Amino acid sequence: MKSLVIAVVFGMSSASPPFLPLRAGRVHEACGPAATGFAAIAAAMTGKPVLWVREAWQADNLHPVGFLSFMDPSDLLLTRTASQTDSLAVAEEALKDGALPFVVIEITRPLNLREGRRLQLAAQAGGTTGLCLIPEGMGSNAAETRWHAAPVFDPQDEDSTLMRWEIIKNKAGTFGAWHVRWNRETRRLHVVSPVGLRPGSANTPD
Amino acid sequence: MWFPRLASDRVLRTRPIEAPFALTLRQSNTERIHCLNARAEALGLHRAMSLADARAFCPDLVSRPAEPGRDARFLLALGRWARRYCPWVGREGADGLVLDVTGSAHLWGGEEAMLEDMRARLARAGLELRLGLADTRGAAWALAHFGAGIAPAGQTRRALAQLPVAALRLDEAICTGLQRLGLRTIADLCTTPRAPLARRFGPALLARLDQALGDVAEAISPEADPPHFGLRLTFPDPIGLVSDVMAATARLLEPLCARLKAQGVGARRLELTLRRVDQGSQQVELRLAAAMRDAARILPLFERGVAEVDAGFGIDQIRLEATLVEPLPVEQIGAMQVQGAPDRLADLITRIGTRIGLENVQRFLPADSHIPERSFLIAPAAYSSPEGGWCSPRPRPLRLFPPEAIAGSGPQPPERFRWRRMSFATARATGPERIAPEWWLEDENWRSGMRDYWRVETRQGRRLWLFYTPQDPGWFVQGEFA
Repeated sequence: MKSLVIAVVFGMSSASPPFLPLRAGRVHEACGPAATGFAAIAAAMTGKPVLWVREAWQADNLHPVGFLSFMDPSDLLLTRTASQTDSLAVAEEALKDGALPFVVIEITRPLNLREGRRLQLAAQAGGTTGLCLIPEGMGSNAAETRWHAAPVFDPQDEDSTLMRWEIIKNKAGTFGAWHVRWNRETRRLHVVSPVGLRPGSANTPD
Repeated sequence: MWFPRLASDRVLRTRPIEAPFALTLRQSNTERIHCLNARAEALGLHRAMSLADARAFCPDLVSRPAEPGRDARFLLALGRWARRYCPWVGREGADGLVLDVTGSAHLWGGEEAMLEDMRARLARAGLELRLGLADTRGAAWALAHFGAGIAPAGQTRRALAQLPVAALRLDEAICTGLQRLGLRTIADLCTTPRAPLARRFGPALLARLDQALGDVAEAISPEADPPHFGLRLTFPDPIGLVSDVMAATARLLEPLCARLKAQGVGARRLELTLRRVDQGSQQVELRLAAAMRDAARILPLFERGVAEVDAGFGIDQIRLEATLVEPLPVEQIGAMQVQGAPDRLADLITRIGTRIGLENVQRFLPADSHIPERSFLIAPAAYSSPEGGWCSPRPRPLRLFPPEAIAGSGPQPPERFRWRRMSFATARATGPERIAPEWWLEDENWRSGMRDYWRVETRQGRRLWLFYTPQDPGWFVQGEFA
């Protein structure tokens, strides 16, 4: 049962959305096809430098030139680990240290309770923000919030980054869904109303 | 002191061979003899002869490749040894040592006795040696190479008189020129007017002559030992607790860091060797993300490595050495400068590096290429610094993957397609952007020729980066936008 709450519509106002930056000292989760975009935007709004932890065997690559519209790719540090255990150890070390305000961890198998809790405690100790990119349905109980991010076709605008972000788990708040768009020039996030997505419209997703 | 067969003697010391023996060095595509032993020379072989010729002369020749680097280190060790005779020891070419024994010969019972001692000791070590002793460095060189023996004080001129001109450390061309003029010995040269000689052969000839005869001074510069960054600590009783080992490491680290600071360098790689009572030894290697010489910061980085060591029945000696150092000049600290941020990051990279390997912590560097896969470089963060200069004229995908083929035909993007077992309908396609392969770099993936890239926004939401290869028709998905 989805609770679809369209939040206050800011239009193209420059006010920062209420849910970003993600709450510091916590580890969050993101899933869905636009999880990478969510991570890039959350990282851009939290601060630099950013550590991106992934396993070495993964075939797809981050494309730093693509990150250019979100943040400076030279602020991005990458670690290639041999296994998820190594990934988690590296992430815990980085979260606890606090030298990097934002750590992204690409998860390939579900975390157990102990691992999730350790990451939370590490983030709390370092005052840093962690974000796990999870395959759908592999969420951990310890996560502060879990987001589902999906790209949405924008009939009006070319080169658009229209996305629908839905919060599907929240330890300290309510659920909600927002349509957001990233402005490449100003590097800001705008919450927009889902124009043209009225029920019965030809372009309605789902 | 001249060692005429330094290189071959060094090899034969460790592995004596009773046969003609030669070391070969590859020069301009030919194996040439670099150094050979007396038996090989007696059979008519000589230096700079090609190995093939030498084998034809002497089928049972034993040969090995030469190692000039190890020869140089051997000569350095000999120089350290030679300091037992006098403190002023310098190197002379690649196979000689020069000693200033002024004032130290009497300690050995006179010059004759000292040379006898040198000869005896080096003969025992298996090195062929030629000695020359004279008032000047040039004369000693001449005697060692062409005469052997002692020139009594003040009689240099007479001792050198009958030696050939080559004994003056001259170029091959000058020697040949002098011989053509009929000037064969140094005595001939001394009696010839100087001005025509200088005009014909340049100042080098007369400078060498004056140096040999003592009219111009020539100093011996003793070589300072390269600084050594190693310390060790031996215990009366073996230790085994991690905290004890860490405390001992701390005691070694303090003086090591002071030594590093005095030399203006920082350690990049440290090696901690723990010797156990059973003579086994364990090593903890620490590779640092940045050159460092702050003991308080380095010590915690050792914790992980030390905890993994198997102490066995106890450790009775530890040795700490900085095996790789880098210049680290003292920096001025500004009052307004933010302290500690880069240092903290370097420490964190080091700690992560001890777990997954320092080369696995990476950063992106821009590269000058239109090919998407080559528009960036991935470099180890510890060995590179962030660079600016990123640019992208049009949006690029956040993720790139190896091209995945989809069904489609014609130069226009397909209306509907399946990718990763999902079906998509194209809602808007932006393109094409043609990228041609770089002909100067052979790339397996670009064999199919140029590519027309399209940014395809699907009705399902996902924004994909497709390309079409007109020269070998086919459609592929290579990336996904945010």
